Amino acid sequence: MRNFNIIVVGGGLAGMRALIEGNRRNLKVALFSKVHPVRSHSIAAQGGINAALGNHPRGFNDSVEKHAYDTIKGSDYLADQDAVIRMCAEAPERIYEMEHWGCPFSRAEDGKIAQRPFGGAGFPRTCYAADRTGHMLLHTLYGQVVKFEQWAERGETVVLDEWLVTAIAVDGGTCVGIVALDLVTGRLEAFQSDAVIFATGGSCRIYGNSTNAVINTGIGMAVPYWAGVPLKDMEFIQFHPTTLFGTNILVTEGARGEGGFLLNNKGERFLANYPDSRKAMEVAPRDIVSRNIMREIEQGGGFPGGYVLLDLRHIGVRKIMERLPGIRELCMNFAGVDPVDVPIPVQPGAHYTMGGIDTNSLGACKIKGLYSAGESACVSVHGANRLGGNSLLETIVYGKIAGESAGEYVIGKALAGPSSEKVLNDTLKREEEKLNRLLKSDGKEKMGVLKDEMNKVMADQAGIFRDAEGLKDALARITELRERYRKIGLSSQGRRMNQEMMWAIELGGSLDVADAILRGALARQESRGSHFRRDFPKRDDGKWLRHSIAYYSNEGARLEYAPVTISKFQPKEREY
Amino acid sequence: MAVFFKILRFDPELDKRPGFQRYEVPLRKGMTVLEGLFYIQERVDGSIAFRSSCRAGVCGSCGMLINDSFRLACETQIESLKGTVITLRPQPHLPVIKDLVVDLRPFWSKFKSVRPYLLARDHPPEKERPQSQAERERINNVSDCIMCANCYAACPISGTDEEYLGPQAILQANRFIADSRDGEGDMRMNLVEGENGVFRCHTAFACQKACPKDLDPSESVADIKRRITLRSLKRRR
Repeated sequence: MRNFNIIVVGGGLAGMRALIEGNRRNLKVALFSKVHPVRSHSIAAQGGINAALGNHPRGFNDSVEKHAYDTIKGSDYLADQDAVIRMCAEAPERIYEMEHWGCPFSRAEDGKIAQRPFGGAGFPRTCYAADRTGHMLLHTLYGQVVKFEQWAERGETVVLDEWLVTAIAVDGGTCVGIVALDLVTGRLEAFQSDAVIFATGGSCRIYGNSTNAVINTGIGMAVPYWAGVPLKDMEFIQFHPTTLFGTNILVTEGARGEGGFLLNNKGERFLANYPDSRKAMEVAPRDIVSRNIMREIEQGGGFPGGYVLLDLRHIGVRKIMERLPGIRELCMNFAGVDPVDVPIPVQPGAHYTMGGIDTNSLGACKIKGLYSAGESACVSVHGANRLGGNSLLETIVYGKIAGESAGEYVIGKALAGPSSEKVLNDTLKREEEKLNRLLKSDGKEKMGVLKDEMNKVMADQAGIFRDAEGLKDALARITELRERYRKIGLSSQGRRMNQEMMWAIELGGSLDVADAILRGALARQESRGSHFRRDFPKRDDGKWLRHSIAYYSNEGARLEYAPVTISKFQPKEREY
Repeated sequence: MAVFFKILRFDPELDKRPGFQRYEVPLRKGMTVLEGLFYIQERVDGSIAFRSSCRAGVCGSCGMLINDSFRLACETQIESLKGTVITLRPQPHLPVIKDLVVDLRPFWSKFKSVRPYLLARDHPPEKERPQSQAERERINNVSDCIMCANCYAACPISGTDEEYLGPQAILQANRFIADSRDGEGDMRMNLVEGENGVFRCHTAFACQKACPKDLDPSESVADIKRRITLRSLKRRR
């Protein structure tokens, strides 16, 4: 059996940043990824990454404390304040590190890293590389991983791409390795590891109207969840206000940060008519802007089909070409409009899972030896609503922290005993049986049909506006889909690059994560951040200033609750 | 209205040789080739294999030959193609894993061989290394590559000489040679000047034509050749 000191699952920013910490400690580390690392969803991040560098002329008064305050207020006070303060305090160091590693940030006139205004932020603190910030960060970090692969003067680094991790092996409350499917050959294999880090990204492909890459199915959250690790705050799904009408391809918040207007069908900047976005207008936080777009559409201010306009024309062709070149390209390719001449049709779309695998502020999970970082994790630094530019930041800050924690744990740990090999072999056998059942099943249910039904239910009934009736009905339908999932039959039984088989495995994860989202949303009888209940439109700190903790069971998620860490900033009413 | 996808299929473990298979795809307004492929995989024939991720033209997963042009499936609208039969083939010059999925290991090994990471001479300062806007502009295009490998598959030299570095690796080398913060330009030029490097390029411009991001690897070839030539002139003096 192949063995490693640390296995990182997921090749995006958080995973690769964690991997580097293992290498730095002379450990034998492996990165498992469903896709080649540069195809990870981090690549799609556009607008930027936050740090109180004070490089912008209007940002000289910015500070870690103000960054933390904006993040906590943005989270509708559900974020754990110690974790937020740590993230904001380490932000400058991590960003300078990425710059030293070669990340081609856009520059201010004095040659410093350029910063732009973003939603919910008191100062222009979002560092960017045009509108391809995720691309530049991901390629930079992949370069570092290649460097460590080549140099191997410290630890040993191995990248295994196109492998899907289907299970973790747990021996007496300690994670001892993984079982993974080689997508090319279709063979399962068990790997022993002293520590495992899940950095598998978000789950928003559960929704039909999502900005996410098709790979973001939620299987990376489901695998630890099935093994008994709880998911935290799953009901908080961020809807990005501006996604292309029809395809839901992301149009960065940077477009509004650079001065873009949101217009209704009368050509008015309608955000002025809503009390919670009256002052900040287009750069209010995402939960508020998305809600007010939907309200405007419901009140007849939208266009047929349900969209509003994002107008960049007044920004001017020069600024668009310099700072938003990728947006222009996307609009021309996918919506057939050139934003230099025509406003962009936009609608909100499911964008980010604030919740995720429950971790503490060291990135550690409730099972020993298991860690998580990035969008797959919930530390929690985003609470009920994430600010734009904080997700990229979380990946490199908490990716490093989780890598460090796992590294220190491995160094202090006794070698794995023979019992863990037995547990791994049993887990492998179980996964093998499951896969064979799926391949040999003569069930009549089709993967694509079930997925589409799940996508529709979640988009229609667990979206921006929710109520008890809709959520109960959605839960009944997801429960039915989970039943039908057992009778899934594949049209092809081969093992080699069988992508229908891969998507079917992942759909099982999506459905269980959808169940956790719905049960969390139904139970939470208040409105906070991205979670808005028409039947409970007020925030209720007395009852609900607490994290939802969902445990997996065959009958659906079982909910518990945990306190929120509040240190510096007392909850207040949120207005922008 | 429907269109037909004619897909070159091959499973090296089962098939003696590749062969085309036709699928009927009902057309929706704005439908992309990638959406058509998902329709086939989810509703008609689950055995078909193709790569995809971002579906927004930024991750580089879905490079392929669409009606004999190098494109990304995700950003090609079916309506923009002529006729009702759309022919899809995997990227040539690379071993086929299955159907439209090719083995990119040769491509990545060349990418890695040019040391695709910044190597500065100095110790990093406490804050960022300053870089002027003009210096940053010099790496604008070369840093935008999405590594889809369309250029590599299109290059007639890469297709006939497996030792040749190919357009992407050369563009990648230039990404760092042109970066004002990199201190190893000489080493990088040594890496790409040999008989399998820039001087092997026949300036067919196939890479430029194949790039979905409108980048120009042949310009990087010319840039590096010029630098190497200037360097040898200086040495002679």
